[in-house]
Amino acid sequence: MKDLKMKKEFKVIADLLPNNTRVLDVGCGDGSLMSLLNEEKQIEVRGLELNQENVQECIHKGLPVIQGNAETELHQFPDKSFDYVVLSQTLQAFYEPEKVLRNLLRIGKSVVISIPNFGFWKVRIKLLFFGEMPVTKTLPNTWYNTPNLHMCTIKDLFNFCDEKKIIIKKAVGVNENKTSIIKKSNLEIRNLFSKVGIFLIG
Amino acid sequence: MPSLAGLFFWMNIKLENIKKLDVTKPLKLDCGKTIKNFPLAYETYGKLSDNKDNAILIFHALTGDQFVTGNNPITNKEGWWVTAVGPGKAIDTNKYFVICANVIGGCMGSLGPRNINPDTNKPYGLDFPVITIKDMVRAQESLLEHLGIKKLLCATGGSMGGMQLLQFCATFPDKAFAAIPIACSSSHSAQNIALNELARQAIMADPVWDNGQYVLKNVQPKNGLAVARMVGHISYLSEKGMQEKFGRKLQEKADYEFSFNADFQVESYLRHQGYAFVERFDANSVLYITRAMDYFDLSKQFKGGLVEAFKNQKTKFLIISFSSDWLYTTKDNKDIVIALNASGADVSYSEIITDKGHDSFLLNEPQFLKTLKGFIDSMYERFKNEKRI
Repeated sequence: MKDLKMKKEFKVIADLLPNNTRVLDVGCGDGSLMSLLNEEKQIEVRGLELNQENVQECIHKGLPVIQGNAETELHQFPDKSFDYVVLSQTLQAFYEPEKVLRNLLRIGKSVVISIPNFGFWKVRIKLLFFGEMPVTKTLPNTWYNTPNLHMCTIKDLFNFCDEKKIIIKKAVGVNENKTSIIKKSNLEIRNLFSKVGIFLIG
Repeated sequence: MPSLAGLFFWMNIKLENIKKLDVTKPLKLDCGKTIKNFPLAYETYGKLSDNKDNAILIFHALTGDQFVTGNNPITNKEGWWVTAVGPGKAIDTNKYFVICANVIGGCMGSLGPRNINPDTNKPYGLDFPVITIKDMVRAQESLLEHLGIKKLLCATGGSMGGMQLLQFCATFPDKAFAAIPIACSSSHSAQNIALNELARQAIMADPVWDNGQYVLKNVQPKNGLAVARMVGHISYLSEKGMQEKFGRKLQEKADYEFSFNADFQVESYLRHQGYAFVERFDANSVLYITRAMDYFDLSKQFKGGLVEAFKNQKTKFLIISFSSDWLYTTKDNKDIVIALNASGADVSYSEIITDKGHDSFLLNEPQFLKTLKGFIDSMYERFKNEKRI
């Protein structure tokens, strides 16, 4: 189930990226997205990943990956050295998400970010009616062991980009297998019904 | 124990019977001198495939040689990288054709300071030209030509082997499909040079060394050479690894002897390593090879630095460092990754977490060997596909 959901998110990300481009996947995990991009879209991929087992997995798949921490080691990538930089569901785990985001925008001509949406209705209900920190499929950890330091909603990220003059080229809300375009006009509703938000910015 | 003179006599007899290529093409060295018609000793393992797509070249480290795995016929000991290379190992000789040459300046059959100088009919000693990492690498190009290999599947090497590999890739950007430099650096740091100088000074302070003339008398400055080796061994281990291995344990005794004998296990270990080394290595070779390492600075060869050195790289890189290596640190290795990245090369990097220091690449370090195997096997599939197309 988790795999299918992941694949949906990756499929949306893949659809945002043109063929034959150069893409850096920050926090590339076991390389699933990189494989998909490489095989189906002939995209030249590079990954950055902290976890050693994941790094090994990527290497076994023949995917180029650099073991390192996105929080501290993005400086090694030159300005505009990639067409796209992808950051899948990790923005909220950084100490300084804004600094990381600025770095991604420096490295890539465009940036794709996905976030687990804290504005999703199930999350709101958990907090509103049960008074507990939400544990859902998209947010599987409890409050004391979550890597997420800066949870945000689709609306938060939307407004953040607006405020910081970061252009949103496209935004997509994902709920199970359904996707819908997020615009200023439907922001409230998409914020309520999307589990994951995917933003193409830059 | 046989006398050293006797030992060297036997070593020389044995050295007659190993694989050697007579390199006829003159090689102009960085120092300006030219060598020609010189021997390059090498060994191969496994079988070269019909379409020559399975060749892996290994560059050896300071005190290594061409006998990577199996039995070293000269020393009668196991090859230096038996943990990683052999049938069924990470670098599987059932599958791949493995090549390793003794560096020039060395003492396992390739041209070195112990060879006879044709101008004087005496061993070179210090008349041997000062060589560089680039000279070592260029000498080995002839071997690939001789074996009929236009493009290697992979080239790899740790420590000085990694430096040779970086030089190889910079000099021949399209000769290896993949490259794995391990625990190395693109230039020697002040600390690296200082440690090498300590080794050289230990040799030169031994009166037997006699300005390198000892070769004429068929002796070896073994005390100096042993100390040089001890310096090396300390730098290959981490502080924590050494503490765990030896601590303050005493060597087969209940209490201090109140003497300068080897009371501590660590002392005994160093003495053993030092004196075992003198039986298989040449003191002048240590001088020449450490000098080559000290002169190594890849960015200096290319205007614009390291990024320029890796420009137009077709090779796919995997850089590996070890967390407790203080000789060629994770930072040294990451600097190579950064330069490769900046030049747009295809580069992977992994830091193996271990307490075993610089020596880790020679040891049974499962995460390291797994990474090595995974990379080589996946590169082999891609290389085969590329060749087919």
